[in-house]
Amino acid sequence: MTGPALATAPEPATVPDAHGRFGPYGGRYVPETLMFPLQQLEEEYFRAQKDPEFQRELSYYLREFCGRPTPLYLAERLTKELGGARVYLKREDLLHTGAHKINNAIGQALLAKRMGKTRVIAETGAGQHGVATATVAAMFGFQCVIYMGAVDCERQALNVYRMKMLGAEVVPVHAGQKTLKEAVNEAMRDWVTNVRHTHYILGTAYGAHPYPVMVRNFHRVIGDEARRQILECEERLPDLLIACVGGGSNAIGLFYPFLGDASVKMLGVEAGGEGIIPERHAARFQGGSLGVLQGTRSYILQDAFGQIQSTHSVSAGLDYAAVGPEHAFLRDNGRVEYGYATDDQALAAFLRLARIEGIIPALESAHAVAAAIDIAPTMSKDSIIIVNLSGRGDKDVAQVVAKTGIQLPQ
Amino acid sequence: MNRIISRFELLQSQRQKGLVIYIGAGDPNLGATLQLALGLEKAGADVVELGVPFSDPLADGVVNQLAAQRGLASGTTPPKLLEMVAELRRQSQVPLVLYIYFNLLHRVGLDVFIQEAAAAGVDGLLVLDLPPEESANYETLMEKAGLCPIYLIAPTTPDERIALIAPRARGFIYYVSREGVTGMQSSVSTTIPGMISRIQRYSSLPIAIGFGVSNPEQARQVAELGDAVVVGSAVVNRIAQHGSSPGLVDEVCHFVQTLSKAIKS
Repeated sequence: MTGPALATAPEPATVPDAHGRFGPYGGRYVPETLMFPLQQLEEEYFRAQKDPEFQRELSYYLREFCGRPTPLYLAERLTKELGGARVYLKREDLLHTGAHKINNAIGQALLAKRMGKTRVIAETGAGQHGVATATVAAMFGFQCVIYMGAVDCERQALNVYRMKMLGAEVVPVHAGQKTLKEAVNEAMRDWVTNVRHTHYILGTAYGAHPYPVMVRNFHRVIGDEARRQILECEERLPDLLIACVGGGSNAIGLFYPFLGDASVKMLGVEAGGEGIIPERHAARFQGGSLGVLQGTRSYILQDAFGQIQSTHSVSAGLDYAAVGPEHAFLRDNGRVEYGYATDDQALAAFLRLARIEGIIPALESAHAVAAAIDIAPTMSKDSIIIVNLSGRGDKDVAQVVAKTGIQLPQ
Repeated sequence: MNRIISRFELLQSQRQKGLVIYIGAGDPNLGATLQLALGLEKAGADVVELGVPFSDPLADGVVNQLAAQRGLASGTTPPKLLEMVAELRRQSQVPLVLYIYFNLLHRVGLDVFIQEAAAAGVDGLLVLDLPPEESANYETLMEKAGLCPIYLIAPTTPDERIALIAPRARGFIYYVSREGVTGMQSSVSTTIPGMISRIQRYSSLPIAIGFGVSNPEQARQVAELGDAVVVGSAVVNRIAQHGSSPGLVDEVCHFVQTLSKAIKS
């Protein structure tokens, strides 16, 4: 099959069901206070999704404010060095605020506006979702509070400054291991308390229904564009899609529109940290098991009693004990494979992409690049890989300098 | 008969209001929890709620989060907690509810957890993040084991949801009198009476009102509006203050006595 025959993607199977379940995963496990607000959010979201005016407004802001569509760029030197598959980069790093997160933040901000909310809150790990939320709050005039683990505030300081400049209040969270999971707990507590006038802009394809399906649908623009673009320039579908998976929003955004294309393989890359040793990684499909955390049923890293384990990753955005329920579903049915990249592999990929392509990727996205570096040489030269370059690495510069010992010229 | 049900029947026959006291299990350690539970019963608590420490207590305010951290730090696990409950049962018939996050049940399996809890002498479970929509065979297993599923109703709960929740509840219904996480409030919420009469349209179960009571006067006012009052953070705070002191049980129980007096007089 070539171009024209494939121009319309087959719609993937309909998950989740009416209860937000992706097979045995997903659902809505929250305190009673949040049940009715979540039902209202679900109704409003599905109404908006069918409302041409909402869709028109959403695509207007995605185009004029965020800078969509993003390019699908052939990484020529990387391809040549690896000597195998042609490696394309979906340049979400070029979006306004520097990552894919704004696709979802804009969508949810428009929803919050429809629902008459005056205040938005969010959790953030690497700070990219916090910056995106602070940005849309400034743009639409919402009051804005961002919860961020104290450890993450330190390692992603640039983004803390950006959020503050945008007028958001940033609340460092000191509980537990002081990273993304604790920030989500704190955001949920805020939401339980202020739910009547506050919308929680959850930043990944995780949490209670309707968040996983809603966040996926706001990000599917990544895959919709990539599919159209690759058909335009190569007149064929790619052989492999690669994306990093923390909660899994950028990955599901790229994968989803291709799910019906049987010839397209997909690889999700989790954070392997220092290797698959308990509490030293965040690869839920390697060391995790079925559990319920923060509103949904999925793979989580937990001990024998169900207490959530600590995680580690060089990348704050992937340093999380649970994975989005749709990824668990796609893994079970074999449609998507999941692997991992270690801290060292991600750091090496970060530097390599900077030096041979002139692109500094986010440490999160560098995990996907690391997987491409491994796999591309094993594929034939006429095969095609698309890597989701989900964010840019400005926020990581200080951390990488500290890790690699790069010095300023004397 | 289940101890919670018979206690509320007794209270109703005596036209008395009930007092439900929440403490974090294992704070400062399980030995102290055992002594506290015995003391609370003597001080006038009708039901003791034991918060099972969880790593991610997202429905709890900072006071109960810190209690959960202390509980985890003292090595409290569900099996050790149930051993303590079995020990307590040799000395006391005080009605006991475990206040717990769903993952702790899910991890070992609902049927296993419920059977073990019932065998140890637990009377009811309040699973914070298990709404009726996700409860599957939970109520059936609870019924079979003779345990009361305690459900929360919140100010944001509309009539349709009260109608869904009320028939599934046993023992009592726990009305969360304010939106938000657990913690102390300075004034008694004004929306309580309207909600209580709405709940009563769907259920004849006793209604315990909680989240926010901090002193005897508030306890008296809140108890008047329903069948029982729940006091948590104010007690947990005292445990935090006196955790390492030999006077811990006396201090805490003295406070609970003042609550009980205010309610029962």
